[in-house]
Amino acid sequence: MATATADILRVGYDSEVFENFLRSRREPQWMTEARRAAFEIYQSLLETDLDPEEFKRLDLRAFNAAKYRPALVASQSEEVSALLSDKTEFGGTIAHVDGYVTGSRLSAELAATGVLFGDLQSLLESHRELLEPYFLKKAVRVDADRFAAWHAAFWTGGTLLYVPRNVEVSLPLHSLIAHRQDGIADFSHTLIILEDGARATLLEETTSVTPETAGLHVGCVELIVGRNACLRYVQLQNWNQKTWHFAHQAGNVDANASLQWTVVGLGSRVAHIHQDINLDGRASTAEVNGVTFASDRQKISYYTQQHHRQQGTHSDLLYREVLRDDSRVIWRGMIKVDKVAQQTDGYQRSDALMLSETARCDSIPGLEIEADDVRCTHGATTGQVDREQIFYCMSRGMTRKEAMHMIVEGFFQTVYDRIPIEVVRETLSRTVQSKLGFETISQ
Amino acid sequence: MNSLLKITDLHVSVGETPILRGVTMEIRQGEIHALMGPNGSGKSTLAYALAGHPNYTVTNGSIEIDGVNVTEMEADERARLGLFLAFQYPVVIPGVKVADFLRHAVSNVRNPERKEGEGLIGMREFRKEIRDRMTELGMDHEFARRYLNEGFSGGEKKRMEILQLAMLQPRFAILDETDSGLDSDAVRVVSEGLAKLSGPQMGVLIITHHERLLEFNPPQFTHVMLGGRIVETGDSSLAHELHANGYADVRARHPQAAAENIQAEAATA
Ligand SMILES: Nc1ncnc2c1ncn2[C@@H]1O[C@H](COP(=O)(O)OP(=O)(O)OP(=O)(O)O)[C@@H](O)[C@H]1O
Ligand SMILES: [Mg+2]
Repeated sequence: MATATADILRVGYDSEVFENFLRSRREPQWMTEARRAAFEIYQSLLETDLDPEEFKRLDLRAFNAAKYRPALVASQSEEVSALLSDKTEFGGTIAHVDGYVTGSRLSAELAATGVLFGDLQSLLESHRELLEPYFLKKAVRVDADRFAAWHAAFWTGGTLLYVPRNVEVSLPLHSLIAHRQDGIADFSHTLIILEDGARATLLEETTSVTPETAGLHVGCVELIVGRNACLRYVQLQNWNQKTWHFAHQAGNVDANASLQWTVVGLGSRVAHIHQDINLDGRASTAEVNGVTFASDRQKISYYTQQHHRQQGTHSDLLYREVLRDDSRVIWRGMIKVDKVAQQTDGYQRSDALMLSETARCDSIPGLEIEADDVRCTHGATTGQVDREQIFYCMSRGMTRKEAMHMIVEGFFQTVYDRIPIEVVRETLSRTVQSKLGFETISQ
Repeated sequence: MNSLLKITDLHVSVGETPILRGVTMEIRQGEIHALMGPNGSGKSTLAYALAGHPNYTVTNGSIEIDGVNVTEMEADERARLGLFLAFQYPVVIPGVKVADFLRHAVSNVRNPERKEGEGLIGMREFRKEIRDRMTELGMDHEFARRYLNEGFSGGEKKRMEILQLAMLQPRFAILDETDSGLDSDAVRVVSEGLAKLSGPQMGVLIITHHERLLEFNPPQFTHVMLGGRIVETGDSSLAHELHANGYADVRARHPQAAAENIQAEAATA
């Protein structure tokens, strides 16, 4: 099956698509050259198999790249409603539709501190010297795999956040990535750079304007956290169920810095997220949270790596998945500890709650440890909803459905408790409830 | 009006195994009944069957509340009709705060027509109420914010059952060994609490192996269960006698039921 999958995927974008795309861009030559180099890598990677360890459990046979094309012109801008956006005050916001920025804003106070926030494309052009050394060079490498290379050739739109040394951005920032037209491929990129001692929070969400449009997202997220810096990043993936989602994501954490990264998977038809957490500096820490709720025939797959590259580093990953109907979730997690990375703590855990007999979950934790003075634990559980819990709730007057909802909420609560951002907790809770078909009219 | 919980010739099986072999009992609002009997005699089975646990199949007989046959009803419908079970082994609901859980429970039980997703009882009103009840039961208000029974001690779980009883004010309450696992101060608090909560509005069935709860809540009726049957019914003096002398005399008077009880005990062991 692995070979069949690979063969189908080998039919990718050809040079005609690429040249058409290039003609639609008006960008500096260095950017075009970087795209050409990436496209070459992409083409050669199409000739090779996908890493079986990462992809063998995910059935991609129904995927057909040719059905989706990048949008060559910006679509009419319109307000796209977001889950998080009007629920709290933001220091800045940006929105993309089909790969084009439709609006962005940064508060004057933040702009005055030297913070850059907005359209990646134009900021890369205007601040080339500052930003180019980071873009697709430090966190995600163009040749990481064919999705990364594909993205590097075709990236459009994107969110950049740059926070200078010791600047603290106290209000969260918001980024919205939306899909509107049928058959469009979105290649949006998120690049966050925190210089030493900087602090910031970015909440990002993806959405489809209507439930019917089919779409493709081949995205990249790069989080670069300087020494003593602190970044909180949330990505709430909420595409419609006709969207293919491929994302290559990486966070690099320098000495004494901390990264709190929350990944939420609610939408998409098929999703595959490659998530690298690189603890590059001494005593750096990363906390990784995952909330996934799969329903219908959705397939959501994660490949996570916590890579400890230095001494005294700490990583803690907690994923929780709820599966309904005929959905499928795959989590393959790995903790790698390099030889030099002594006195390291690495934890990973994935717990799945199955609401139906026909859903399926594979959780496979793994360790690769070369240092000898480390504390690493990993675990995975999969279970049905406990019938005694349902009976207990029902004996207090709750219907069976209400009882299920209560138990599902409680199951996710452990992850919510790790997210110190109230608007995120509330939004997640509300979104999960509505996916359960349960609107609370309370409060 | 005086409500009536009427249990008629109730036979209950777990899987293929018959446990209750014809239990008949009438509990009126305002009455206190004690249910005693040795381990494995079927007391909890009766409690679960009354509450509507899906594993306990009624194979014969009926349960009625004011003439309404509830035998086939789901647990939530029974709760909305005013039936409450304080569990012998309360269940942990991870991640669900006591206050959220109880707010949903109270909203449903007080508004039996409530559909899922419809309005909950007002936050402010509810908060005040739960705080008051917690104070009366000598519970730290912090408990409202904890996850239901998660990490609770045995005694704390039992107190939580009584708090739920206090909030839900049922017409019929079944207390399954709510007094076991409590230290003597807690038994006192729970006993006094129940005495305050019961009264003319509540019919109570107390399942117990101890005397303290019954001292504070003297039963008008004491039933003795053996081998899945009520073999004797008397007044509160019967409870005293059983506490003083154990079940040897009862077994001797009812050899058939005693033999069946021993089988049940052997099956469990
Ligand atoms: N869910 C069940 N599965 C299997 N057997 C059961 C189940 N529930 C009850 N039984 C059996 O039914 C019999 C009666 O049990 P029950 O729990 O009702 O006794 P009890 O009178 O409450 O005892 P105790 O005083 O120890 O609480 C026992 O033999 C028990 O093993
Ligand atoms: Mg019992």
